[in-house]
Amino acid sequence: MGLLSDPSRRKVLTGLLTRLNTPICIVCYLAGIVWFMGLAFEPFTLRTYMSENAMGSTMVLLRGAIMMLVCFCSGMPVEWLVKAMQSRGLEVFTQSFSRKLPFPDENKERYMVRGTNVYGILRAPRAPRTEALVISAPCSPGDSNNQAVGLLLALAQYFRNQVYWAKDIIFLVNEHDLMGTQAWLEAYHHTNITGMEYSPLQGRAGSIQAALSLELSSDVITSLDLILEGLNGQLPNLDLANLFYAFCQKLGVLCTIQGKLQRNDWDTAEGYTHAAQTMMLMVLKQACGRSWGDHGLFLRYHIEAASVRGINSFRHYKTDAATIGRLLEGMVRKLNNLLERLHQSYFFYLLPSLSRFVSIGCYMLAFGLLVVILLLRALDLWVHLGAPALAAPSGPGVLTVLTPVVISHLTGVALYLLPVHLQEMAVEHFPVSETEAVVLTAVAIYTAGLALPHNTQRLLSGEGTEQGWKVLKLTALLYLAVLLGCTALINFSLGFILAVTLVPITASMTPHMPKALSALVMVLLSPAFTVLYCVFIYQELIEAPVSVSEGWMLFLSVISQGILDHALYGSLVYPLLALFIYPCWLMFWNILFWS
Amino acid sequence: MAAPLTLLLIVAVTIRAVLFRSSLAELISARVEVVSPLNAWKRVVEGLALLDLGVSPYSGDVFHETPLMIYLFHFTVDYAEIVFIVSAYFFRKQKYALESDRYSADCLELLRSPKEMFYIPLKVAMFYLLNPFTILSCVAKSTCGLNNAIIALFIFCTLKGSALLSGILLALATYQSIYPLTLFAPALLFFLQRLYIPVNLRRSSFWFFTLQYAFMYVGSLVVITGLSFFLLGSWDFIPSVYGFIFSVPDLTPNIGLFWYFFAEMFEHFRLFFSCVFQFNVFFYTIPLSIKLKEHPVFLIFMQIAIISIFKSYPTVGDVALYMAFLPAWSHLYRFLRNIFLVSCVLLACSALFPVLWHLWIYAGSANSNFYYAITLLFNFGQVKVFTTTWLTNCEWKNRWRNKVSLFINLY
Repeated sequence: MGLLSDPSRRKVLTGLLTRLNTPICIVCYLAGIVWFMGLAFEPFTLRTYMSENAMGSTMVLLRGAIMMLVCFCSGMPVEWLVKAMQSRGLEVFTQSFSRKLPFPDENKERYMVRGTNVYGILRAPRAPRTEALVISAPCSPGDSNNQAVGLLLALAQYFRNQVYWAKDIIFLVNEHDLMGTQAWLEAYHHTNITGMEYSPLQGRAGSIQAALSLELSSDVITSLDLILEGLNGQLPNLDLANLFYAFCQKLGVLCTIQGKLQRNDWDTAEGYTHAAQTMMLMVLKQACGRSWGDHGLFLRYHIEAASVRGINSFRHYKTDAATIGRLLEGMVRKLNNLLERLHQSYFFYLLPSLSRFVSIGCYMLAFGLLVVILLLRALDLWVHLGAPALAAPSGPGVLTVLTPVVISHLTGVALYLLPVHLQEMAVEHFPVSETEAVVLTAVAIYTAGLALPHNTQRLLSGEGTEQGWKVLKLTALLYLAVLLGCTALINFSLGFILAVTLVPITASMTPHMPKALSALVMVLLSPAFTVLYCVFIYQELIEAPVSVSEGWMLFLSVISQGILDHALYGSLVYPLLALFIYPCWLMFWNILFWS
Repeated sequence: MAAPLTLLLIVAVTIRAVLFRSSLAELISARVEVVSPLNAWKRVVEGLALLDLGVSPYSGDVFHETPLMIYLFHFTVDYAEIVFIVSAYFFRKQKYALESDRYSADCLELLRSPKEMFYIPLKVAMFYLLNPFTILSCVAKSTCGLNNAIIALFIFCTLKGSALLSGILLALATYQSIYPLTLFAPALLFFLQRLYIPVNLRRSSFWFFTLQYAFMYVGSLVVITGLSFFLLGSWDFIPSVYGFIFSVPDLTPNIGLFWYFFAEMFEHFRLFFSCVFQFNVFFYTIPLSIKLKEHPVFLIFMQIAIISIFKSYPTVGDVALYMAFLPAWSHLYRFLRNIFLVSCVLLACSALFPVLWHLWIYAGSANSNFYYAITLLFNFGQVKVFTTTWLTNCEWKNRWRNKVSLFINLY
């Protein structure tokens, strides 16, 4: 490390760094954004391929000949399902569960949820029963998924007559979609991470290798949509998506991702925009951390799972149920041949289309370029401070830095805990429902945090030196860099979106900037507004644009969904934003108003 | 000095008490970075349970603590939390005392003001008590805290000049985990320096004192080992404790370098590699002792750092031990290069440990390579701290010599 230990060369390097700091930061930021957008450009992506040998070389002859059963289930006809499965020769068991939500869910209009899951196990005829596959169909009230249940039963009957099964197959019909799946998975794996009450499972198969979730609302299907995003942005192994796509192509079924069909004209502007929109939709869905299909909860237990949704888009060409049956049979047969869990292909990827993917090695650079800005700024501050930070930890220096840090984090803790705990008090005093109370309390605490710098500086007397804010900014920059890095490793999309909005304001924030304008820019790029922009962009991308007031209502419902997801399924987005990102942003807000 | 120290103590005890009672205590006691098979509290409880049943606690390959430790906890198991907090307090007290002692010998007017020197003991106490690593270690009830306290007491007694106590405490520390054996050389050098005996292999005074100190040390070690034998009535503890430390049979991932290598090598080469890895810890004593003959206290710091990096089952509590000593060398800060980068690396690695553990074990998206990469980077950062401090010390010594010779030449 001669470059760094030779004092004269070191001086040259640090001089270069301080002089060119701002231009380098701007170039890095633009390069990061351009790199990210360029990921959707087809020549920069790789064609998907099957990595798992056990799935590639097996010949699967699909025979189909399935009889479709149409069932009308309003509510959950538990006895009917039990009889239907038993008549098809499965071992049938039921599981009841109940959960009281922390506050009523207005999207799904439920508060006290009670339900029953019904599942049947098809035992492998000859193999030892060490592994299992799951095919699930959520049965919601009304007839929104009755076709899927019918398909499930038809598949069960067909599978019963085959002898090649090496793994047990579990046909699961769960009630109240995600909650039922959560109860079933927790009971299956003997854990209780979300506080749900459930009856223990009477029957069990081996360890689950893969799972498929079916959602078919009508009997006329024109295309099948593949849903991959799971809880906390976790994705199944890419081989599962490749498998689905391979079968769709073989059987001539139209398959879509994010509801969009693939285009072949990548060299035109429309083609590129289409791929970029598909990728942005995936990024937005991954960033919000909720599970977009029942499969999302399986991923947490290291079970590769995907959801298949049948869409009727009134095309000319319609797929009949037999083809879909053959497709599912083919997929399950291939999964049956697996010797070990899917691990050969990528776990971290982005899909601009079903046949093209971007791996972590490519997209992480975009994020890295954004985080490098924070590190360069921190280095610049360190050089300016002349490295005394280690030598003077005691005395008034530490207190000026410690106080904003502690107060910001206490505000974050308040933002995390108070909305749910104070809802009864809020409902007594204001004419709002519980959900509105929770959401509006959260918004109120968030806004109240903006008034903090003025109040804390009235309390502390005689603080506020030039060096004080620099030390605080150094700490906050390093804290933000580590935070964003850890977030991006677990959920790249969330980390990237937060970095895009937080990095420019935090890197450039000083107390010497014009206060009103910088305050406005900081508020407009704060985490809450980032969520708001994402809501609007998402609505634009799914071609259902909303007006400002509708967007605002949607934003509020997104907040309530976030809090509910955290309480019910253990999603980490809300605690991350409330306990870490928001306090970090508050520290920079403090720096802006440093006097 | 008393007021800030008391405040510091109150804050430290409050933080630990709050964390002990919260739900995080369970989570922290399960973290592999904080506890190792040698010092996990769960294993101590297991050993105690076996002892109560009348079975040897070493049967079953779960318990790897020394017999004295198990008897200590036998009597204080209900007050375990208090024992750990008290040991942290002791440690701080020793550090405080030793710091205020150390600088009577070295006058550093040229390079450091008396005011700075006044604050050093407080800084050392703060670096130890408020270090997140120590807090985590204490809340997890890892016996690493007790080991650290014994080593601190040993350093205190050495600096106070009491050879007998120093020998006894060093024997106790060696008895707990073998690695403090390397601290024999710096302690010996310190006493020789203090008694003005030159380190000359031909002088009889040198050999006389060395043999005296060695006799005290080895004698205490024999007494303690014999006591353990009589307490439990068998020699079971030797293969279970010392054999375990040397042969590294348990390959649970931790922040050390051993587990990944030993997990992937063939049985054929296992003996060779364990010898090489263990030799690495003891090897640096000789060259460092020769080079740092006149600076035994710095040598103690170097040895502790080497032990924490290269021992077979390190935890963050061991890292905190030598980091707490860093303020004692604050006169070197002016010359420390790359300290910012190295601290950023250590900070980032500490944050990334739980993230990559989660990705590997729970999400299944990563594998052991990711976690070992962070382990390697963390140890690289530690080695960088070690070498930077060492080089800065050499440079400081040169400057000091130049300044002193200049001073002398003026008159």
